[in-house]
Amino acid sequence: MMQRCSDPVVLDMWHPVAATVELAAGVEYQTRLLGEPLSYAMSPQGLPQAWRGTQHQLPVMHAYGVLWTSLGSPPDELFEFDEFHEPDRHNVWAGSVGVHTSAPRAVENFLDMGHFPYVHTGYLGIEPHTEVKDYTVEIVNDGKEVLATGCEFFQPMGALNALGGMLMEYTYRVPHPYCSILYKSSPIDESRRDAIVIFGQAVDEENTRAHLVLSLLDDESNDRQIQAFQQLIFSQDKPILENQHPKRLPLDPAVETPIRSDKTSIAYRRWLSGLGLRYGVLPAVSDGR
Amino acid sequence: MSVTVLSGTKSGWHPIASSSDLVDRHVYQGQLFGYEFAVWRSDDGFVNIWENRCLHRGVRLSVGTNDGAELVCQYHGWRYANRTGGVTYIPAHPADANTHSSCARSYVAVERYGLIWTTLDSETSLADLEVLDVLDDGQAFPLRPIDLWVTSETTISHLERIEIGCPTLADSTKHSDLVLFVQPVDERRCVVRGVLSERPDDEAKIDVLRFYSAELGAVRDGIEKSAGVQAAPEPAAFKVHPAVEVSIGLSSATNRQAAVPVRVRRRWNTATDVVGFELEAVSGQLSTVKPGSHIDLHLPNALVRQYSVVNAPGELDAYTIGVKLDPTSTGGSSTLHGEVVVGDELLVSQPRNGFPLRRDAVHTLLIAGGIGLTPILAMAQALDHQGLPYELHHFVRSQNHIAFADRLEALGTNVTHHLALDPDETVTQLQRLISSYTDAKHLYVCGPAPMLTAARATASANEWPDHAVHFEYFANPTQQDQSSEFEIALARSAVTLPVRPGESILEVLKNAGISMASSCEQGVCGTCGVDLIEGEPDHQDVYLNDTEKRTGKRLMTCVSRAKSSRLVLDL
Ligand code: FES
Ligand SMILES: [Fe+2]
Repeated sequence: MMQRCSDPVVLDMWHPVAATVELAAGVEYQTRLLGEPLSYAMSPQGLPQAWRGTQHQLPVMHAYGVLWTSLGSPPDELFEFDEFHEPDRHNVWAGSVGVHTSAPRAVENFLDMGHFPYVHTGYLGIEPHTEVKDYTVEIVNDGKEVLATGCEFFQPMGALNALGGMLMEYTYRVPHPYCSILYKSSPIDESRRDAIVIFGQAVDEENTRAHLVLSLLDDESNDRQIQAFQQLIFSQDKPILENQHPKRLPLDPAVETPIRSDKTSIAYRRWLSGLGLRYGVLPAVSDGR
Repeated sequence: MSVTVLSGTKSGWHPIASSSDLVDRHVYQGQLFGYEFAVWRSDDGFVNIWENRCLHRGVRLSVGTNDGAELVCQYHGWRYANRTGGVTYIPAHPADANTHSSCARSYVAVERYGLIWTTLDSETSLADLEVLDVLDDGQAFPLRPIDLWVTSETTISHLERIEIGCPTLADSTKHSDLVLFVQPVDERRCVVRGVLSERPDDEAKIDVLRFYSAELGAVRDGIEKSAGVQAAPEPAAFKVHPAVEVSIGLSSATNRQAAVPVRVRRRWNTATDVVGFELEAVSGQLSTVKPGSHIDLHLPNALVRQYSVVNAPGELDAYTIGVKLDPTSTGGSSTLHGEVVVGDELLVSQPRNGFPLRRDAVHTLLIAGGIGLTPILAMAQALDHQGLPYELHHFVRSQNHIAFADRLEALGTNVTHHLALDPDETVTQLQRLISSYTDAKHLYVCGPAPMLTAARATASANEWPDHAVHFEYFANPTQQDQSSEFEIALARSAVTLPVRPGESILEVLKNAGISMASSCEQGVCGTCGVDLIEGEPDHQDVYLNDTEKRTGKRLMTCVSRAKSSRLVLDL
């Protein structure tokens, strides 16, 4: 069985445990986080709660449609995701899906365009349009975030309301080691962008629950269809992720063979190394802690 | 009936699958000592046993696709070649077809007694694979394998004491001997693979299999019971080989230049004045070859000549080349035609690819003139194999001049021969073929210089961008001018060297002890190219296209010189 988490970096982080729309007021729910069982609830007054054992209260936060908690001393603030609060947006919880891999593997898959033609054939990509053109990756926000911009990819049906194949432009943010937000041009308003978010709950080092949230400028597709589409996409990723080894993300660049198109993944792995994060990853050998 | 129990501890050889597990176009997941393997048979019958992890991002290769010639990873479509495990194509970077040279970690495979055998120890020789007196390869009949939730040691000690009766219902195996091979799967599990010395009659087969499955199943239950097994053991963690030796063969200059001995396996007249040669490795495995590649062939008279490799994907048992007799031959094609026969040994370089094929075109237009067919044919076979849209237009003197007609035939209606056209008709036909450009079309041309010039001119007149027009000359038709005198500065080593009239940059570099790869040495193949940091080049090559020449960021050290007094090279 998995060991308890002893990584201070991860213990002190905020962790997503549930989409709040899923919660009936006053009902107690159980889950596992970092290998430990815990309970949570939304009080009839709308206040989130989380606790370990019978009473040990844990820090809680309700943000971006998700209930967050921590097993250590989390920072006051969670990362910013302003689009979520824009009044004309339609925020949809698209599902929480369990996947037998580490949270960093799940995030890295989320950041990867190269697999679209092979894993999401006919939706997010299609042969022969396989090229991943050069894009920009930087570490921003005082080292707190990985940002990839100008990521272009040809998509035959990138979203429910897409009108056939088009070259999509993506921006990826990784503002939290286990969470990522992707922005893509909205089919409805070219000047603004839809956001798709993966909030990764590290159930343990090799099991993740991916809470998927969309923040859209669209009011036509109904939530059911959006959920079905996202779940279809995720169900295509899941078997790949579960056949990926090792399950913990190797941070040593020599363990796997990155190519130019993996720039975001390379930056993400380096960034995790720099944070000193050890839970859900295989630290690089040179990382001598 | 005698029962023999064997494990591979002495020989180092273990069974990993039944031959029948390797169904057509399937990838079987095998396991030995906790290591996982992707085991697959290509259409040419070769059995590949590879570490079950894609080099790229660690996805199991056993969930990939066996397309008969290559194994394609499910995650990002990396393609791995039959026999070598070499990566032949990385779809995310269609233009970089020749820069990647990693190989899946592969293991030897031997097929015997209806089982697939391997060894994890590269020191183990084939001779150590025991030849059993009781089993005759042609007669041996493998039974259904039995999985046990106990170690191979425990299993062996039990098996040595068992009795297995003779099936009453299967008379045909009455006199058969039974050999039980124990395959260590991981620290907690093993598989017992039984082989009968005599193949039962066809109608008795099923009954025999059933009988032994029941017998061995009972044996399994007994062993597990006495070992106190109640539930399936936790699957052992996926073991990853500590240091995956990714062979980066071609990237180091020394390896690039190492020539390997090959033997002429077949020689035949494939067309008027064209002899085909199949060159097989004298020992070991030939390197992976990608469409558009050529090899340097070292001839008995010490000449070195370049020939494009015609091979299709996954075809790596021999390099196939076509040699056209050049009436003005200075000893290259005349020696090959006149002297080299089956059984002769020659040296070849590693394949190099200065004419790589993109596979992300919505349509690929391939144009070949005469023997310029060879690289183009390799490309056509690759596109055809992947089901990508293309057409091949072959300009050739007559029906009898069509080389590799069988391979062309196999490509069906994608191929059009344009026979006996005079130069004007050729140009007209090219103008018709290379009509207007639309996005994501690509053009590849190889043939005699006048044809290439015409094709390039037509393409540029019809607004094909340079990046969509790819070409390879046989020889450099431009008059070389070696009269200039200049200096080269090597940026990384802070050395400055003079280049005098009559000397090439390549010669100067080699004389200064700098290891440089080169092949054609006449500005055709691209092997000796280096990046230029500063200075104005005088290109004189036919490898770079006009845009590349104008940008002046790269030059061919064998023929390019300087217009400025100094060039700074990225070396
Ligand atoms: S993991 Fe195999 S192609 Fe990327
Ligand atoms: Fe995906």
